Amino acid sequence: MSPTNLKNKPSIEELQAIAKRVRRHIVEMTHAAGNGHPGGSLSVTEILVALYFHAAKYDPKNPNWADRDRIILSKGHACPALYAVMAEAGYFDISLLKTFRKMGSPLQGHPDRRKLPGIEASTGSLGQGLSIAIGHALAANLDKKDYKTFCVISDGESNEGQIWEAAMMAGHRKMDNVIAVLDANKFQLDDSTEAICNMEPFTDKWRAFHWDVREIDGHDMKQVVAALEWANAVKGAPAMIVAHTVKGKGVSFMENNNAFHGVAPTDAECKKALEELA
Amino acid sequence: MSKRVFGKATRDAYGETLAELGKENPNIVVLDADLSKSTKTHKFGDVFPDRFINVGIQEANLVGVASGLAACGKIPFISSFASFLVCKGYDQMRMAVAFSELNVKMVSSHGGISIGEDGASQMSIEDIALMATLPGVAVINPADELSARALIRLTAAHNGPVYVRTGRPKAPVVYSSPRQFEIGKGVLVREGKDLTIVANGLLVAEALDAAEILAGQGIQAGVIDMHTVKPLDTALLLQEAKKTGKVVVAEEHSIWGGLCAAVASYLSTVHPCKMAYVAIQDTYAETATPDELLDKYGMRAVDVVNAAKKLF
Repeated sequence: MSPTNLKNKPSIEELQAIAKRVRRHIVEMTHAAGNGHPGGSLSVTEILVALYFHAAKYDPKNPNWADRDRIILSKGHACPALYAVMAEAGYFDISLLKTFRKMGSPLQGHPDRRKLPGIEASTGSLGQGLSIAIGHALAANLDKKDYKTFCVISDGESNEGQIWEAAMMAGHRKMDNVIAVLDANKFQLDDSTEAICNMEPFTDKWRAFHWDVREIDGHDMKQVVAALEWANAVKGAPAMIVAHTVKGKGVSFMENNNAFHGVAPTDAECKKALEELA
Repeated sequence: MSKRVFGKATRDAYGETLAELGKENPNIVVLDADLSKSTKTHKFGDVFPDRFINVGIQEANLVGVASGLAACGKIPFISSFASFLVCKGYDQMRMAVAFSELNVKMVSSHGGISIGEDGASQMSIEDIALMATLPGVAVINPADELSARALIRLTAAHNGPVYVRTGRPKAPVVYSSPRQFEIGKGVLVREGKDLTIVANGLLVAEALDAAEILAGQGIQAGVIDMHTVKPLDTALLLQEAKKTGKVVVAEEHSIWGGLCAAVASYLSTVHPCKMAYVAIQDTYAETATPDELLDKYGMRAVDVVNAAKKLF
């Protein structure tokens, strides 16, 4: 199903255009805030755009609609991307984005479900989102509802043991209403994921935990959309999309440059980034 | 000193009450981390298998799953030993329950040192302090079977996160007939005019015995069952402290951060008075029988009496 506020699903080209706008928002928001996490926001952009504008059903004007699909951003530091996509999707006005990380803003430094309607889970302590997603999915089973729960995790986050606890549980219970997307951008705060604690091969690991797995290029919108459609149709197992991405994607000097993990662009960098994303 | 009458363990009261609540409220879901035969949540699972989820030995995931269920309007009760539920699930209780303001009921068993032979790794002397420091979480430590049944019912009805500690051994009877309880309202179980003993959990029975001993020595000690550590019943505390001017606090918990600290912190600001404490000192316990441990670590009526006498 498409978002309930959209008559027709956007084309791939339209999704790509939304993704470009989202990237501009990410650059502007983090620049205006003077801090935040642009790198992992830019890597997760296509994933969130495809989730909100193609795969999930929800009503931005009724964020607590009981039958909505759930979208949980477990890698909470990438919330600039989430806020930008939610603004584009109509949850709130785009002008609110400039309040990101400011006192009194519902756009907290990490997602806070108490502050912003539509945020399903308060995240920011890595590793927790997938367990919460399972809780939503179990509630669907108990209430005989057919909504799906999508959870976006990251490769660095997968260092956390709780991710694998949740992986075990959903796999053991064959929870085909749980869909996870792994934003594998190859970096974590201190260094590359390979250098800190190499988790590859992800696909083999998730298969061993009884998940159905598909590996894609997480910036190829056509692949992202197709993978989400595949995941929505998987029966008898939870679905994992391992999305290979580039940290800082779309801004030449941020791509694969881990200095932009948690550092905002300067005035000059912001200007240059927006030129590239024009 | 009157001969003690024992009721069921508070963990049994928990499991049995859960099974009753399951009939009354279809939104109640119970989750355990492979200790259901010990926490007694199996009593619910036996009757309501569709609403009972054993996640396996994974406490962090246990709490996270409960958070998601609560966000969907369910009333999840989650259980494990106090040491494991609280210490292994703490970040999740902080983020996904307290900070998220979700209606999760966290009920542990095997609180304190009175679990006995399994040893210090299984004993929780930190849980009350850790849970009380989470904003918005009510923290409860019932004294006996009857009060545990009532407080579990109130926990189910309460809108918000609650932590309840239950115990392993049979609990001495404090309440022999049903009465009203309220979360956040202590019970003055014995009137006194010379001294006030504030206790919870197993120490309420010890405090009552201590009051009996003290009465024989001419000291009229009142006893408050402060089953709720947070929110603390400051009105009752102030009323009794003003009356007696001397307060002993007794709990089966570390002296750091539990009931002793809560009572001292409050009274020191509004009505400083002479105080003494009966609690686990800054140490872990060991393997022995529950009685041997309660004796060695100073959790007895005689310890309450000795603490009280320092104030006279």
